[in-house]
This record gives sequence, C-alpha cells and structure tokens, in this order.
Amino acid sequence: MTKVKTKDNYTRSLRRQRIFRTVISVMFCAISLFPFLLLVMNATRTSDAIKSGISLIPSTHFLENWRNLLEKQNGMQITLQRATLNSLAITVPGTCLSVYFSTLTAYGIHVYDFKFKKFAWAFIMAVMMVPSQISIIGFYRFMLDLGLVDTYIPLIIPTIATPTVVFFMKQYMESSLSLEMIEAARIDGSGEFHTFNTISLPIMKPAVATQAIFQFIAQWNNLFTPTILLTTDSKKTLPLFVQLLSSNQFRTDYGVVYAALFVTIIPLVVVYLILSRYIVAGVALGGVKG
Amino acid sequence: MKKRKKKVNYGRYGYYFIAPFFLVYLLFQLWPLINTFYYSTLSYYKRNGREFVEFAGIQNFLNIFGITAGERAYVLQYLKNTLIMWGCNFVPQILVSLLLAVWFTDQKVKMKGTGAMKVIVYLPSVITAASVSVLFNALFSQYGPITQTLKDWGILGSNFDFMSSTAGTRGLISLILWWMWYGNTTLLLISGVLGIDPGLFEAAEIDGASGFKKFRYITLPLLRPIMLYTLVTSAIGGLQMYDIPALFNVPETGLVGLPDDTTTTVTMYIMRLYNSDVGKAAAVSVFLFVVTLIVSLLLFASMGDRDERRLKKAQRKAGRKR
Repeated sequence: MTKVKTKDNYTRSLRRQRIFRTVISVMFCAISLFPFLLLVMNATRTSDAIKSGISLIPSTHFLENWRNLLEKQNGMQITLQRATLNSLAITVPGTCLSVYFSTLTAYGIHVYDFKFKKFAWAFIMAVMMVPSQISIIGFYRFMLDLGLVDTYIPLIIPTIATPTVVFFMKQYMESSLSLEMIEAARIDGSGEFHTFNTISLPIMKPAVATQAIFQFIAQWNNLFTPTILLTTDSKKTLPLFVQLLSSNQFRTDYGVVYAALFVTIIPLVVVYLILSRYIVAGVALGGVKG
Repeated sequence: MKKRKKKVNYGRYGYYFIAPFFLVYLLFQLWPLINTFYYSTLSYYKRNGREFVEFAGIQNFLNIFGITAGERAYVLQYLKNTLIMWGCNFVPQILVSLLLAVWFTDQKVKMKGTGAMKVIVYLPSVITAASVSVLFNALFSQYGPITQTLKDWGILGSNFDFMSSTAGTRGLISLILWWMWYGNTTLLLISGVLGIDPGLFEAAEIDGASGFKKFRYITLPLLRPIMLYTLVTSAIGGLQMYDIPALFNVPETGLVGLPDDTTTTVTMYIMRLYNSDVGKAAAVSVFLFVVTLIVSLLLFASMGDRDERRLKKAQRKAGRKR
C-alpha cells in the first residue's frame, strides 16, 4: 500500500518538474521569438502607431510602408533590391569556393601520405582560431597595392582558405570515407582528381550541404570586410544597406525602417526554418571538436 | 619495391590537393598579418596630398598607450568597454545554456517539444547581426515601442533614454549578444551532455545520488572541456566585437560608441583609423592580437591541471568504447 503511494508521489513530482521546466523553457523560446514578432507587427503599422508602444495586433500598412521605402530609395545609389543582388553575387561564389576547396584540402590530407601532412594539419588547426579582424590593415593595404579595393575579388577569392570548414570536412571523412573505395577507383583507372570529383565528393554530400549552409550564413551576414573594401555605393551589400537604415535619412520614419528590416530578416528566418533540421544537427557536430 | 614507389607517386597528389588552400591562405591572410606587424613600426603622414612613410620604431605603441605627450590611451578604454559588454553577455549566457542543456537531455524528466525549442533558441544567431542591431535600436530608442511600454508601466522614468545612458546602452548591447548566442551555446552543451556515458548516471542513481549531485559531480566536471571551448571561442570572438556596437548607438559622423565613447570597441577604433593613420591602426591591431593570444592561453592554463585533463581523456575514451 505504502509502496504504491510512494510511486504515485514520485510520478507526481516528476510531472510537476516537467511542467515547471517546460514553462521556463517556453519562456526562453518566447524571448527568442519576441523581437521577430514585434518586427512583423511594426512593419504593418504606421510610424505614429509604432511610437505609441507595443501592440501585438497586426495592422494594414505594410504596403504603404513598403511604398514609402521605395520612394525614399529613389535617387539613391543603392537600393534594397540592388544590395540583395550584390550580396548574392558575393555569397554564392564564395560559398561554392569555400566548400569545394576545403573539401579538397581535407581530402588531400586524409587520403594521401606525404612529408608535410602532419605539419599541414597542425597548421590548419592552429590558424582556425585566428580572427580575420587583426590582419585587416595589412589586408586592406595589400588590396590597395593590387588595385582590388572596391571590387568583389577580395571578398570572394580568400574564401578558398576557410580553416574551420577544412577541419569539419576532415572529421567527417574520418568517419565516412573509406580508402578502399578510392583504391578500387584507382584500379579501375580513374585519375585522382576524377575520383575526387565523381566518387568522393558525392559521398560527402551531407557534410557539404551542412557546411554550405553555415558558410552562406556567415558570408551573407559579413559586415566587417565589405565596410572597409567597398567604397562605391552601388556595389554595397545588404548589411551595409542596413547600416544606412540607422542614418538620419531613415531613422525618424519608423514604419519604413521596420519594413526594410522585415525584408532583410524574415526571408532568412523562413529559409532557416526550412533547413533547421540540418542546421541544428550541424551545430552539434561542430561541437564535438571541443 | 614496386609498392613503395607507387605510394610515393600518389603522395604528390596530396600537395596538389592542399596547394590552393595554402597559396590563398599565405597570400590573403598570413602575408597581411605579417605586414600588419610591419606597418605598426611605420609612421604615415600626408604632406601636400602625398603620403610619406618613415620608420618609427615603437612610437606608434607609445602613442596608443598615451605615453607620448598629447596622446590618450583610448585603446585601454576601448578594451575595457569591450570586455564589460562581452562579460555581461557571457555569464548569463553560459548559465542559461547550462540549465537548458541539462533539462533538454534529462532522461528522467522527459520534456516534450525539445526539438522545436532547439530550433527556436538557435534562430537569432543566423540573422544578420547588422539587422539585429538596427532592430533593437529601433525597439529601444527614445520613442521605440519597448521603451514606451516600459514607461507606460512605470518601470522606467518618463524621460529615461537607453541611448543616453552608459549602463543602458552597454546593457542592451550585452542583451543583444546574449539573445543572439545563448541558443548556439545551448546546442553545443547539449552535444557535450549527450557525449557523457549514461552508465555514469545510472551508477550514481543506484548509489542514491540526487539530481543536483549528479549535475555537480558528473555533468559539470565532464562538461568542462566543452565549456572551455565555448569560453575560449566566445572570448576570442568577443574581443573582436564589431557588428553590433558599430551600428547600435553611433552618430552619423563616425564610429564612436555613444554615449560619451563608452561603447566603442577596439575593432571600431581600428576601423576609425585605417584610412587616417595606418601605423597607429596597425599598432592597435597588434595590441588586439597580443591580448587575444594572452586571453586564450590564460584560459587554457587556468582550466584544470594536467592530471585532471588526463583523467577526463580516459573517461571520454571509456565512454566511446561502450
């Protein structure tokens, strides 16, 4: 009799715990979502309505705000649409280069035996944590000497060397790329680069996809390097356009600011939610290196 | 004999495969880094529209530390700003993440919907930091909706303005950083907790350990390597802090973190100088490099002695064998 009672107490306390924890966790989720909610709501309201405080009831002025934004952009060298295209023009090739060459590098170290193999790997591990900010002065002067300032080349070509992606790819190869298969391809007369492109790369597809997502996000969000390199307004990227939103030209017109932010943020949210399964799994995989 | 020859032959492909990475890295990252060190010993000045360069020794460093007459040690002030804003975000970040990671992985009190929660808490970290900064500025500015609502509720005084208060602006920047990154840290710690041998928890339960004891004596010690990793990466990233303070509360004329220069970071200082005084900007970069190096080495050294680390390694191996 008492035994049953203890068990009952036990499950009840478990349930109480579960409810308590769920409430707190949901609260944190709400904190994570709240700014997005306000963004969406405010993008649909007029500037005056926004100033009066928080409201979670959507209004109907989104198109009006959007039209005002287009109007304000008139005569500007850079528009939201143009900045998006510019960002794509940098991010798409940058992502492809970084993922392809990182896989190539990891493959070179994983598959072949050569004298500096250990050194090459140690070097990549060592430079993985060196932030790019500290060498920006040297980088900028170098680009100035080469005449590459205000072009997209210094934003695209350096992505060929992305140590973190190499590290991730090597980890993945250790668990899922068998050397026997490469040996078999070799016996069948396949050249080394051909083997890489047609056999190994397809096997690496899951890792390539995950890393491509992360690289795309990182390069899309990059503000620091473009700030220093891109001087012509018409070449500016999306984060640089966002910077304009905080200037006096826009600052006072809240409805327009929220509408523009809506257009820069919400598509990312949607894409994230579609790909979230891969992204969340990818973060956990990256964490194994700790 | 033939076999060995074959292997050597293939080995050279290793060089071909890694060549693009190393060429690009040396050219676009290492060479600029070396040059940054070199530039920090040069003095740049303009006369009649032309740029002149002279060897200056340690003059730039004397200048940035305010040792030369007429110069002020801005860099120390900015380092302090950076560290305060980073620290106020990191402590709550690791605490909340630890709590959520333990709850999400608890096999006894199984929570529902953790998959969706993980997706939600990670969401802010994929959004462009520039947009996030401008969004929070709009929400918390003097006439922003959140400020207005807090005033209506009587939590804030009627003429309080986050943007003209040092604690307000710094606190909000820390809040943004926390909001953006705690989900990422939670996911990292979750993968750390999942890597712990469940047998350890079972054994502790048989011995009658309470939930807190299990956390204190199993989870926490075994999570230390991954927490150290989180701390080091966050500290390195935090020292380079740029995107958020550079867009959050700055005047249109340039990169000065308002109010009163109290939210300017070291990287913002570099960006302010890169065009006007290359030597000084390079000296600040070298300073930042040295600080970053010292901080990461100190953190690695302070976290546990070698014996402890060896023990952990053994435990992890045991966990993997299972």
